[in-house]
Amino acid sequence: MSVDTATVAKIASLARIKVTEGELEAMVPELNGILAWVEQLGQVDVTGIEPMTAVIPNKQRLRDDVANADPLTGGGIRDAVLANAPAPEHGFFGVPKVIE
Amino acid sequence: MTNLTDLGIAAIREGVAEGTFTATEVAGAFNAAVAEAQDALNAFIVTTPEAALAAAAKVDADRAAGKPLGKMAGVPIGMKDLFATKGVQTTAASKILEGFKPEYESTVSSKLWDAGAGMLGKLNLDQFAMGSSNETSAFGNVISPWRRPGDTAPLAPGGSSGGSSAAIAARIVAAATGTDTGGSIRQPAAFTGISGIKPTYGRCSRWGIVAFASSLDQAGPMARDVRDCAIMLEAMAGFDPKDSTSLDMPVPAWEAGLSDDLRGLKVGIPREYRLDGMDADVAKSWEDGIAWLKDAGAQIVDVSLPHTKYALPTYYIIAPAEASSNLARYDGVRYGLRELPEGAGLQDMYAATRAAGFGPEVKRRILIGTYVLSAGFYDAYYTQAQKVRTLISHDFTNAFTQCDVILAPTAPSAAFALGEKSADPLEMYLNDVFSVPASLAGLPAMSVPGGLDRNGLPLGLQLIGRPFDEQGVLNAGLAIERRAGFTARPAKWW
Repeated sequence: MSVDTATVAKIASLARIKVTEGELEAMVPELNGILAWVEQLGQVDVTGIEPMTAVIPNKQRLRDDVANADPLTGGGIRDAVLANAPAPEHGFFGVPKVIE
Repeated sequence: MTNLTDLGIAAIREGVAEGTFTATEVAGAFNAAVAEAQDALNAFIVTTPEAALAAAAKVDADRAAGKPLGKMAGVPIGMKDLFATKGVQTTAASKILEGFKPEYESTVSSKLWDAGAGMLGKLNLDQFAMGSSNETSAFGNVISPWRRPGDTAPLAPGGSSGGSSAAIAARIVAAATGTDTGGSIRQPAAFTGISGIKPTYGRCSRWGIVAFASSLDQAGPMARDVRDCAIMLEAMAGFDPKDSTSLDMPVPAWEAGLSDDLRGLKVGIPREYRLDGMDADVAKSWEDGIAWLKDAGAQIVDVSLPHTKYALPTYYIIAPAEASSNLARYDGVRYGLRELPEGAGLQDMYAATRAAGFGPEVKRRILIGTYVLSAGFYDAYYTQAQKVRTLISHDFTNAFTQCDVILAPTAPSAAFALGEKSADPLEMYLNDVFSVPASLAGLPAMSVPGGLDRNGLPLGLQLIGRPFDEQGVLNAGLAIERRAGFTARPAKWW
């Protein structure tokens, strides 16, 4: 499978990355080179093989149902959460207007 | 008096504990070395001499008060700028995180500070750890302290932990943290004549490490020798409830368990790693490694890892897929860069922010990842890759029925010059051919120096072990280290 300019533009839009016409032109052969190379995986017989889900066997844990058991990941730290926000407003994350 | 910057972790810890010198003297010596080398090597994105001195003062005070000292007491280290450090800029070498000062400390760095280590600064790396030469950093290339004889052409320190490897080889840090997704600890260690170990997936907490590919990312130590790696890994590892894939297992006493007596050990030599047209010096170093392990008492056996050739393409589907998902968080809303063109709405702001903040290699991988996960292509690419990953893991399981540890080269060549491979992404990816399989299988793997090539540049030998058998990997590494007699150091030109 190979990609053309329109497909790369669509992928870039899905990935929310603005690309110029010039960048698009440059990316098409690069991505096609990589995709042609990974194509070889199609040669591998994977009949009856399960896709890998966990590389080292482990079990999912549930934490105790206690609020703020770990202060690092608990609540009540609004100012710390907002400390690096580019445009905090009134204790919230500020974004451009989304409703007309 | 000994030149303090010539000392590694064990020697510093011992000298501080015995009162031969103070931690403050050590920190001062390393701070000066860092400052002297910074313009030439660009190993650091930010330096934190005051943090190194503060940690040292605490160690000296604890010693004076007769308090017990930690495993890393008085040891100044570099922290790869992928670990969140409270109040100190953390960028992943990307413009999109420039100025980001975390409100919290990563688990691994906290454990190191608790063990008595001090921070000299945040080390440069490939942007979001995506690269094999440290040429994708938004904060400039790291220059290896190594040079070819009679040639001043700047060489790559390897990647992505290139600031870590360059700083250790230049003797401006006693040791450094690294992270390894497809070889980012082992390949830079090989390129600079130092040691580094990626432990079993889950040994070191990923909490507070900027995520690249979560099923592969694993932190580990990089240092001047195997013993220092063992000491530092003990300080970094351990269960963390804040990482859902953290291993709930005790941390073994790796340093105390070190032994180069390999009698009874079987070392596997994977035949598929003998590539056509293999570099003659790399092949010779591998033969030397086999001889050294035999000398240590090991038995050498041929093993087969039949799906080796598919490991790289598998990796270059899985890692970009996970990256495209992980890096969706950089949106210009919560932290980092925001680009807001005149009159732009929310969607335009996302796209403009990500266009301005991510470097070309990061964009390339996000696009590949987005494509292989998109409707209609998911099964052909992503599911297929995850099935091949299972087969690659089975290959290792089968090989480990015949051997205890695997020996292979770390990288297909010694360090290349900056710019030599950066024009073609695929050629750069091929540099990871020997390191990626162990990453896909989550296995502990280490690189130790295995001699010099015809240009006098270091070559690395890689040891791969069973899950949880870091000790076996470290011990085989120690056996090579003791027999290789690797004492080469880059001549100081900075």
